[in-house]
Amino acid sequence: MSIGHTLLGLLESGPRHGYDLKRAFDERFGHDRPLHYGQVYATMSRLLKNGLVEVDGIEAGGGPERKRYAITAAGVTDVEKWLEQPEKPDPYLQSTLYTKVVLALLTGRGASDLLDAQRAEHLRLMRTLTERKRHGDLSDQLICDHALFHLEADLRWLELTAARLDQLTAEVRA
Amino acid sequence: MSRLSALVLGARFALFGGREGWTRTLLTAVGVGLGVALLLATTAIPGALSERAARNTAREVPTAGVGAGSGADTLLIGLAETSYQGKWIRGRLLQPEGPEAPVPPGVTALPGKSEMVVSPALKSVLDSPGGALLRERLPYRVTGTIKDAGLLGPREMAYYAGSDTLASRKAASGDRSGITRVKAFDSQGAQQKIDPVLALLIVIIFVVLLMPVAVFIAAAVRFGGERRDRRLAALRLVGADRRGARRIAAGEALAGSVLGLALGTAFFLMGRQFVGDISVGDLNVFPRDVDPSPLLAMLVALAVPSAAVGVTLLALRGVVIEPLGVVRASTPRRRRMWWRLLPPLAGLGMLAPLMGRGRDHGTFNQVQVVSGAALLLIGVTALLPWLVEAVVRRLGSGGGVSWQLAVRRLQMSSGTAARLTNGIAVAVAGAIALQMLFSALEAEYVKRTGADTSRAQMEVPMGHLTPVEKSRQIRTLQETKGVTGTTTLGSAELGDRPRDPSLPTDMTIGSCTELSEVAELPSCQDGDVFLAQGGASSSNPVRSGAKLYFDPSLDDHKGIALPWTVPANIRDAQTRPDPAGAHRSGILATPGAVANAMRTPVFYTTYVQLDPHDGQAQDRVLNAAAANDPLERARVLREYGTTHQFANVRDGLYIGATAVLILIGASLLVSMLEQLRDRKKLLSALVAFGTRRTTLSWSVLWQTTVPVMLGLALATGIGLVLGAVLLRMTGRPVTVDWLPVAATAGMGGGVVLLVTALSLPPLWRLMRPDGLRTE
Amino acid sequence: MMSGGPLLVARELRKSYGPTPALDGAEFSVRTGEVVAVMGPSGSGKSTLLHCLAGIVTPDSGTVTYDGRGLSAMPDAERSALRRTEFGFIFQFGQLVPELTCVENVALPLRLTGVKRREAERTALHWMDRLEVADLGPKRPGEVSGGQGQRVAVARSLVTSPRVIFADEPTGALDSFNGERVMTLLTEAARSSNTAVVLVTHEVRVAAYSDREVVVRDGKARDMTLERTK
Repeated sequence: MSIGHTLLGLLESGPRHGYDLKRAFDERFGHDRPLHYGQVYATMSRLLKNGLVEVDGIEAGGGPERKRYAITAAGVTDVEKWLEQPEKPDPYLQSTLYTKVVLALLTGRGASDLLDAQRAEHLRLMRTLTERKRHGDLSDQLICDHALFHLEADLRWLELTAARLDQLTAEVRA
Repeated sequence: MSRLSALVLGARFALFGGREGWTRTLLTAVGVGLGVALLLATTAIPGALSERAARNTAREVPTAGVGAGSGADTLLIGLAETSYQGKWIRGRLLQPEGPEAPVPPGVTALPGKSEMVVSPALKSVLDSPGGALLRERLPYRVTGTIKDAGLLGPREMAYYAGSDTLASRKAASGDRSGITRVKAFDSQGAQQKIDPVLALLIVIIFVVLLMPVAVFIAAAVRFGGERRDRRLAALRLVGADRRGARRIAAGEALAGSVLGLALGTAFFLMGRQFVGDISVGDLNVFPRDVDPSPLLAMLVALAVPSAAVGVTLLALRGVVIEPLGVVRASTPRRRRMWWRLLPPLAGLGMLAPLMGRGRDHGTFNQVQVVSGAALLLIGVTALLPWLVEAVVRRLGSGGGVSWQLAVRRLQMSSGTAARLTNGIAVAVAGAIALQMLFSALEAEYVKRTGADTSRAQMEVPMGHLTPVEKSRQIRTLQETKGVTGTTTLGSAELGDRPRDPSLPTDMTIGSCTELSEVAELPSCQDGDVFLAQGGASSSNPVRSGAKLYFDPSLDDHKGIALPWTVPANIRDAQTRPDPAGAHRSGILATPGAVANAMRTPVFYTTYVQLDPHDGQAQDRVLNAAAANDPLERARVLREYGTTHQFANVRDGLYIGATAVLILIGASLLVSMLEQLRDRKKLLSALVAFGTRRTTLSWSVLWQTTVPVMLGLALATGIGLVLGAVLLRMTGRPVTVDWLPVAATAGMGGGVVLLVTALSLPPLWRLMRPDGLRTE
Repeated sequence: MMSGGPLLVARELRKSYGPTPALDGAEFSVRTGEVVAVMGPSGSGKSTLLHCLAGIVTPDSGTVTYDGRGLSAMPDAERSALRRTEFGFIFQFGQLVPELTCVENVALPLRLTGVKRREAERTALHWMDRLEVADLGPKRPGEVSGGQGQRVAVARSLVTSPRVIFADEPTGALDSFNGERVMTLLTEAARSSNTAVVLVTHEVRVAAYSDREVVVRDGKARDMTLERTK
């Protein structure tokens, strides 16, 4: 995820202090990993240098840095470009799961046990996410859903693999 | 898609649309076929009856053209009718008076003396082992058969026998002999006109039988409609437009009904082969008589398919077929009453002017009667959906679960429920109207004869006999096996003048025991004379001392004119009906009082008592009577006599009504099973969460009972109105005999209950959990 | 939540429809208040297992024990009574009586057990309120959306306060949004009233609402909790 573009995007609604920016970011997107303040400082310096933000004012007293940042026209264009740019789909081709299944078959171990175990593990995580979704707010739910759909995709692939295990066994051992 | 190709596509779906497609088509076709067969049969019946009537007229002795004098071209005919094993046999004795004597229709040559020509049916009885007694009675040699032209139906028993005694008998007793002289058989204008009231009855029967058949055909066309709708939805998905879908549906209906038309014609032709073997009462016709008039047949051929298409399109009116399924108008328009009242009111309006017309045997305009009655009955079909909806809407869903399920279902689709009961309701309404007409007419057409079969079982008229002949004939009867007793009464007519008397006086002659069969005698010994009191009015006052004459001369008849004086000791005696039910009037005399009068011709009648356990006794007595004189017709006494025409009409109605009810019951069953099958999944789900079988069975029962009760109530109402109007038309007082009305309604209800009962086992089968398995 | 021993236990279930076995030695158990997902590919025997557990069909062999009583030995009337009073059912579709209103549909199981109409409909409305469909009361099932209809069905399954709810692909005909909503409401209601749920589904995201899953494959089902207690 591009932290620079995310911070720029947050500035579009109005000028903010560096500390505000960190808080806003954490609230919306930093569920698992909150930003370090140093990261915010470094990113803002880069954006300032590139002319995408400007300093709107400095407050006296309080913390060491009480700069207020505002987005420039170039910054707005940059955010627009980023939003328009599609993300590269991740094909997951070299999945560990696939490696494990093939290896299990090659070494004569039962693949269906492996699949069952993996499904149980996936489901355990999915239950946690479902539980969190139930108590969380809308953004929580959206984030959890994203993860749930990915996990579901894994499991669907697992189901399909399970259904085709016989065929696969024959191919791998040939 | 062009109009034609859509129709053709529909027809192809109907015929080649897989198992489901053709079962539906077959169901429709069989339904329509049965209806068409019934339609064709009913349209053919008037023709058949008139063909039969024409043959009857042709062979009967004409009243006109009876020659007074004999000639080379005259034929003498004597009536020698009889019955065998209770079945009537038409018999004629023939004696030609010259070489050019006419020959009856169906006969190639007149039979000579002691010869006879017989109908095939009579021949087979004569040839059978059971025909021994009949062979004895008809001791003539069979020389030929009577062809179809001389017979009313293939099962009619008839013979023409040659005789050489008719001429002398006719010469001896003139017209009194009952022998007619004819010059030709092709009589015109002597047609026996059917009574206008009976004609009205027949017309009404047609309407009453045909209306439910029409309703039935409409129902048959809708068989499997819901599945068809789903198939049409699938067609919409692959691109058929709404009108195209409708045309495809029309094509399907057309295919089904045309197939039904073919099946119906086949059913009809097959059924016709058996017509000759069926006798309704004495009514029996040749298969080729049952020939629908081409115009009516064509009308059926055109009306049935177009009605099928019409009904289909009408049924599709409330349905929107979308590519993804069938949408039924969720809140159907509430039915309005006013236009539904129009048909019955119009019907009443057409019938009202005919009221009182039948009193003096006036005729009815048939078109007006048919349209009026049909409109009144259509009123049932028009009003029933409205009535069911109106009542069901007000029904509370309180009470048990089964009641709630039934009421809610009725509220949601009251039209279906009404449609299911329509046929039954129309049939019941018509039957009730007829029932009323029948019970009113029955009193007139079914007469109590007054005969008392406990006193005598047969009446044998013996003719004018001399005392010697009389004793011999009585002995013959008494010696017949199975006869346990006889009572013989003589009757004579006395004049007040020796020639051309103005006032005849009846006289009954018999022993004291025999006279006590016709009057309450205070006391009696031979030689007594009584004056009958309380009999049919004898306008001639008989006074003691008055002089009366036996066998007075009349016109061309030269009598002996034997005088007889009414004795002074004549006493009054209260009459009682004789065993045949007649009241004697005039003088009752014991033989001693009229001893010398026995030289004049006296007509003797013997009442015979039979051994009730001897089944052949009747035929033996008939044999003995025929041996005495084949021209005097002995008969079995019955307490009720029915006019033949009336009995035929009534029997025809019962057969037709039964056929119609069975037909409607079958269509009801098919529709009910269809409905149940469509709810298979729901039924399984209901069973899964513990619904009892009885709950669902009751709900099905309520669901049919409620509309049926309403239908029967409406049918009874309209039936009573129609019946009352018909009675007023025939000029009879309007009375309601509630028992047959209730019985008719009960029969309609019974059919529905039977159908419901028959649909319960399939319901229980559908309630098994297999329905939950997803496909 | 996982209080007490198993409420409903099935051992060694076998059931064939014709020559093909639908169940071939299946094991299953559910405790009071527990939500168990029955998973597996289509045609694996999930629904047959559910039908056997609920006493709708009788297995060819094996035992189903509910609350210490053997279901197979019960006469049909008694099993029907059990389904009316102790069990609740949700199916994929086609389960609401189309001519009854929604509230009447929900009240139906209560009325089948003999509760008076007014009282039954009051209770029904309470449950419809919990499932957020109280305003659909006077409408007919044909007039509500699929998701709403399924919530009405859930309310109906809960209305008798059953101890076990059997749900066969309850979200099968719904989109994921409505499906998730129905699952949330179902599991919340079940958990709060300590009702066990046997949830047949092939969707993992639906199964994620369960406490535990049992996988059926080729008519065989292995229940880990049973293996542990063996």
